[in-house]
Amino acid sequence: MNVKINGEWHEIPDHLADVRTLLSHFQLDNRVVIVELNDTILEKSEHADSQVHEGDQMELVQFVGGG
Amino acid sequence: MLKIGNFTFNSRLLLGTGKYPDFETQKKAVDVSETDILTFTVRRMNIFEPQQPDLLQQLDTGRYTLLPNTAGAENAEEAVRHAKLAKASGLCDMIKVEVIGCKKTLLPDPVETLKATEMLLEEGFTVLPYTSDDVVLAKRLEEMGAHAVMPGASPIGSGQGILNPHQLDLIIEQAEVPVIVDAGIGSPGDAAAAMELGADGVLLNTAVSAADDPVKMAEAMKLAIQAGRLGYEAGRIPKKRYAAASSPMEGMSRT
Repeated sequence: MNVKINGEWHEIPDHLADVRTLLSHFQLDNRVVIVELNDTILEKSEHADSQVHEGDQMELVQFVGGG
Repeated sequence: MLKIGNFTFNSRLLLGTGKYPDFETQKKAVDVSETDILTFTVRRMNIFEPQQPDLLQQLDTGRYTLLPNTAGAENAEEAVRHAKLAKASGLCDMIKVEVIGCKKTLLPDPVETLKATEMLLEEGFTVLPYTSDDVVLAKRLEEMGAHAVMPGASPIGSGQGILNPHQLDLIIEQAEVPVIVDAGIGSPGDAAAAMELGADGVLLNTAVSAADDPVKMAEAMKLAIQAGRLGYEAGRIPKKRYAAASSPMEGMSRT
């Protein structure tokens, strides 16, 4: 399915049907990743229950250095 | 002790995490600074680089209170969104409001800063707005409920030190919440001067991260802030126009 991640469209395997599985696929499950799915910011506890669909828009952000 | 909202800190140095030459240097600098509060920002990650360095893992962040900023936000709504993203990490409740109104000077937008502060307070955040050294604006932020006010000493990253100590003095004098001097600090002398004015803390980044020896500068800043605070608490002497001898004038032996 096609999903827009951080502003770019990506073709991802259909079995990445929820946020947790998707993060795991990209080996990001051990990092602090904050996910916004279609304008809804998710708590980590919501990742597994948040379904990913064709055409969804996601933002995956992290903490980086700043002052 | 520095108290901000429900949080209490031993250190009065708030340290930024941007622009260090490498992670190892940063880790050492953070360590010797003995800071309790580290600032961060939120940015998109590269999903195809799972091995990219993770600042949080490098820094053993369990030891620190994280203070994410809203840097990059151009209006209150963007600042609130960034704050909510940061909070969704589950790692922090404090937020440094940073809404820039001018790309060249990076000076804060007072109107949007005020608006963002109000919105974030309603959302239950512990809110620390970065503001200009405007005395009335600082008061307005405090009256709104900001948990601290953070006036700049001079433009971000400029290292120009305290351009208007009089303004900072007035802000500190009137404030009932902690005043953290944020931005523009260049040297340990600047940091000590801010603390001598009565600031409750200093937030700096570039002064350490871009120093020739960031680790040594981190220690210098720690000591400067401690010295400045002690000096403030001790109460400096008033300035006099003429000399006042330190040694007794009586009993001088002459041949």
